[in-house]
Amino acid sequence: MARAVVNVPATVRRGEVFEIRTLVQHAMETGFRRTQLGEAIPRDIIRQFVCTYNGAEVFRAEFHPAISANPLLAFSTVATESGTLAFAWTGDKGFSVTESARITVV
Amino acid sequence: MSALRARWPLHALAAACVALVYAQDASAAGIPPGERRSGYEFMSRETRAMQDDDFANPGTLWVLDGEALWNRKEGAARRACADCHGDARASMKGVAVRHPAWDAAAGRPVNLEQRINACRAVRQEAAPLAYEDKDLLALTAYVARQSRGMAIDIASDGGMRPFLDAGRETFMRRQGQLNLACVQCHDEQWGKKLAGTTIPQAHPTGYPIYRLEWQGLGSLQRRLRNCMIGMRAEPYAYGAQEFVDLELYLMWRARGMKFETPGVRP
Amino acid sequence: MTSRRDFLIAAASAAGGVGLTVSRRAHATPAEMQDAVRKVTGGAPVRSGRVKLDVPPLIDNGNAVPLSVAVESPMMPSDHVKSIHVVTERNPLPNVVSVHLGPRAGRARFATRVRLADTQTVLAIAEMSDGSFWSDSVHVVVTLSACLEEGLI
Repeated sequence: MARAVVNVPATVRRGEVFEIRTLVQHAMETGFRRTQLGEAIPRDIIRQFVCTYNGAEVFRAEFHPAISANPLLAFSTVATESGTLAFAWTGDKGFSVTESARITVV
Repeated sequence: MSALRARWPLHALAAACVALVYAQDASAAGIPPGERRSGYEFMSRETRAMQDDDFANPGTLWVLDGEALWNRKEGAARRACADCHGDARASMKGVAVRHPAWDAAAGRPVNLEQRINACRAVRQEAAPLAYEDKDLLALTAYVARQSRGMAIDIASDGGMRPFLDAGRETFMRRQGQLNLACVQCHDEQWGKKLAGTTIPQAHPTGYPIYRLEWQGLGSLQRRLRNCMIGMRAEPYAYGAQEFVDLELYLMWRARGMKFETPGVRP
Repeated sequence: MTSRRDFLIAAASAAGGVGLTVSRRAHATPAEMQDAVRKVTGGAPVRSGRVKLDVPPLIDNGNAVPLSVAVESPMMPSDHVKSIHVVTERNPLPNVVSVHLGPRAGRARFATRVRLADTQTVLAIAEMSDGSFWSDSVHVVVTLSACLEEGLI
């Protein structure tokens, strides 16, 4: 599985808005590049990213080839309850990476 | 401005070449120690921020892969790096800043990639990894990361001398269709503009680097091949002795400078 | 002016008679960006404001440009940002990224890194829960393009 890194605070106060930062390893081949002999290199990108918080979707993103390689994505969510934040990246050629982080809400 | 303009248009380099042909001979002293600047200092604020933040630096992905490989049993000997070397944070501290280093078995200096491959062959009985192989980059990045913040510290005495001199000779020699020597840009014209880009001093302070142009991590030799192609010179093959000698000279030239691996560079 | 790519292709052609078409699409047009906007808005009016698009105006390397969008909104169930879309004028494709939020986001903002192919206008559009659309745009100057510069190994 390709490497993914997520940065989530371990503990947050209830009701507070906190930032989540994610980084995933993927070349994000645009489909516009050619080899030195002119052959087109086919598109191969991450298409979608979803974040769920104890199973409920809180953030979703659709990527296009204009997203840089090794995509970084930072977003916010409200600390509602302790539990698990789950992250899923899916894309071309069956690309599928998941990561999760536990969060304690006090 | 044309979107299709290359970074190193032929006419700009040709003009630079003509000017340099009539320039003074290179002084043997090189860049005075107080004026040495890492490529980091020539980057935009945004690119520097990308390097400084471990969570924004894509090199982190390779470092984490390297950590996993460090602990994985490899080869016919079913041995992990960790089985002999323990915690890399302790055992590998200071290793990358001393490479290329003397290798008694090889009878010459070897770089970090060669050192890792030698360990794989002898201790793990595993096949060597090719340059730019994902696993070799990950291991090199992980090992080199343990020297981040330390001063580059290359020996230049005794047996190292002839190889250091060979590397210096490559740096000073005019090559390729443009008849340019590395020294002319990187010792004498650094800080000036070439095709809209500021010429850096060419210190290998952050290798392996995440190069924005590659959209990936790569070794110093990959970068040197890019340089040679840009100079319209025939690049040495990966692993060539000329490259290791040149790496030795470049690291020695950067001695005392802070190691930044994993660096981010345009 | 000979680019590195053209030099290599010419050399390869001379060596092996490889035929090449150079007629590939280089970039989208402002009209295509408007089409992409219309797909999001369904033709509804887009007002300037409430959205803050942050991207450096002068970019030396178009391969990994930091970009963030923030939208003023209380992010309550009755009044929140549903989605934010980023489009460009002159990349090969107009769409860059679309994010879908909701009250649970807490703040309507996100950050990422994008590829920009040329000096152009970048546009961010936010769709609100009441069906209105708001936008911000930034004109960027790119000195080294993504997508169109062929990197060498």
